[in-house]
Amino acid sequence: MIDNLDYPVQLLQPDGARVCRTEYDRLIADLGPTEYISLYRDMVISRRIDTAAVALQRQGEIGLWAPLLGQEAAQVGSARALKPDDFAFVSYREHAVAYCRGVPPEVLTHMWRGCSHSAWDPNQFNVTNPAIVVGSQGLHATGYALGAHLDGAEIATIAYFGDGATSQGDIAEALGFAASFRAGVVFFCQNNQWAISEPVSLQSRTPISHRADGYGIPSFRVDGNDVLAVLAVTRAALAHAREGSGPTFIEAITCRMGPHTTSDDPSRYRSDTDMAEWRRRDPITRMRAFLERRGILDETADAEISTAAEDVAARLRHATLETPDPPPSTLFEHVYTGPHPLIEHEREQHREYLASFDDQEAMS
Amino acid sequence: MNTAEFRLPDLGEGLTSAELVSWRVDVGDTITLDQVIADVESAKALVELPSPYAGMVTDLLVEPGATVPVGAPIIRITTAESAEPAPPSVLVGYGPQASHSSRRRRHVPQTMHQDGETAPTHTRRMASAMTSSARAPQATVFVTVDVTASMDLLAKLRNSAPFENISVTPLTLAAKSLVTAIASSPEVNSTWDEQSGSSVKHPHVNLGIAVASDRGLLVPNIKDADTLSLLDLARSINELTATARAGRTDTPHLTGGTVTITNVGVFGVDGGVPLLNPGEAAILCLGAVNERPWVVDGLIEIRSVVTLSVTFDHRGVDGRQAAEFLSLVAAMLEDPAVLLAHL
Repeated sequence: MIDNLDYPVQLLQPDGARVCRTEYDRLIADLGPTEYISLYRDMVISRRIDTAAVALQRQGEIGLWAPLLGQEAAQVGSARALKPDDFAFVSYREHAVAYCRGVPPEVLTHMWRGCSHSAWDPNQFNVTNPAIVVGSQGLHATGYALGAHLDGAEIATIAYFGDGATSQGDIAEALGFAASFRAGVVFFCQNNQWAISEPVSLQSRTPISHRADGYGIPSFRVDGNDVLAVLAVTRAALAHAREGSGPTFIEAITCRMGPHTTSDDPSRYRSDTDMAEWRRRDPITRMRAFLERRGILDETADAEISTAAEDVAARLRHATLETPDPPPSTLFEHVYTGPHPLIEHEREQHREYLASFDDQEAMS
Repeated sequence: MNTAEFRLPDLGEGLTSAELVSWRVDVGDTITLDQVIADVESAKALVELPSPYAGMVTDLLVEPGATVPVGAPIIRITTAESAEPAPPSVLVGYGPQASHSSRRRRHVPQTMHQDGETAPTHTRRMASAMTSSARAPQATVFVTVDVTASMDLLAKLRNSAPFENISVTPLTLAAKSLVTAIASSPEVNSTWDEQSGSSVKHPHVNLGIAVASDRGLLVPNIKDADTLSLLDLARSINELTATARAGRTDTPHLTGGTVTITNVGVFGVDGGVPLLNPGEAAILCLGAVNERPWVVDGLIEIRSVVTLSVTFDHRGVDGRQAAEFLSLVAAMLEDPAVLLAHL
């Protein structure tokens, strides 16, 4: 199961040429032109969602956004490997994962606009809302995987996190616990080179995937900008989890080409030269080159994808601008699944506080 | 046709302003939605500002290089249609708030009650001074010393003509020793200047005396205490404490202190860890003078013993300096000849 760690799995070269590696080729042998186009489409739309959200932040319509620019293949490739019953636990950057799980793009900005604690029902799409606490979702995923196993469910759980999160106690605990209890969780680390302003070389003296060895967890290293390789490797890891063989660790080597968040200025800690190298390995350009080499992407399909991306961006924009501020009382909803005396008491106190104002406008 | 204004948003989670570095568009340009119109630099990042409107630029309201408060309009754009929703009245983040003048609270609900009202002014003044004091990193050193000789000296002075009707106590001698010892340790009579990162030594000693009065703790000070004779110092302490207890201390005597002495011994305790009077580098604490068994020349004798402590501002004074200073004060109280030698 342990791959040659020093040579990441790659099925597409940066110029779009297909690399043959039989043990991984067979994992995506079912893909045809329709699936290739579909993967490309999801990546293009994900990037368009991302740029639209960044613009909305710059225009003061949302408070913050963590751009995924450059990580489309890692997210789309892995999310598309999931089956409907699998469950994804995400950090704050996995917008493409949420999109691929079927979350309507219109709600992706809700939490960042500050008008909702939870933009969608996680159980409806089997993907959590963004976890802001770095690494916390690793523990949630491990617990969920163990619970699913105890229930006898043949599903896989995947935890998304970054290279920086591997320096967090939560991820260390999750890896230790998952290994001990053989929890069916895939630890999907997007090594995007930067933990905010600190390079990955400072996070780990070894390749990140080597860290899994210490826990006795089999690991993969994959070219995270190669959507086919990510899909293949994640499928293998998820199958491993579903069959009850325990956790695996995937290090998807990619690059966060934009800022850490819209509040960050990456030019203060890295040079544009570094980025030039990564732009050459752009995941969308690479997949497009592959499609063009095979003559799969015709003008009609290309235009349809562009139109669809613009349409999603427009819908996201309008939905964001039109999202009403929730009434303050929603603060007390969804704290517990059922009635709770303390919450009821606080809700009543808050109602009395609001009633003490003269103006009752927008106060319900 | 509609004219829309774009107000500078909070670009980075709680910023209040940003510099408009340069415009990327000119008046008369036709621009598209999300087209970059300007480069803006906040405290956190240099970013490109995309237009929230499509249309024609009619006004650029800010000069390049200007610092713009969040919420201020920066550009006017004439839009082709009114399909674009109206801009929100309140920006996300810390933009200008909509007027809530009508949102006055009719009655303020009763909150938790402490027993009684707010603490009296002097208590609040003490609370404020002690909170301010806590900003200085401070440390304390102790010494316990045999002051039998000083007690003998005080007994003689009390019976002498010049000290008639003047209270002369261990505090008087401790104060005289303190101001005298400062000549050898000028760093304890200083103020730490945060801005310049240096210790500013005071040319004179304004000696603060902590006084417990009915109006709470007061620390009036004696100006140029280092120039006063023991008699004048005793007289000044008498006047100062009497005035303070009567609640008549004037402002000049309550400000400008440079070093303080506190006598907790009058309350019967052995000593304490005092807190600095804000702005000062040292405070000397005098415990109760009690008869104790004490080793003198290898034999246990009954002697008058006192514990002294000095709390010091550890930014400008180090432990050795404080210890040497306290040792000198203690030596003067142990043997008044030492005090005499330093006068």
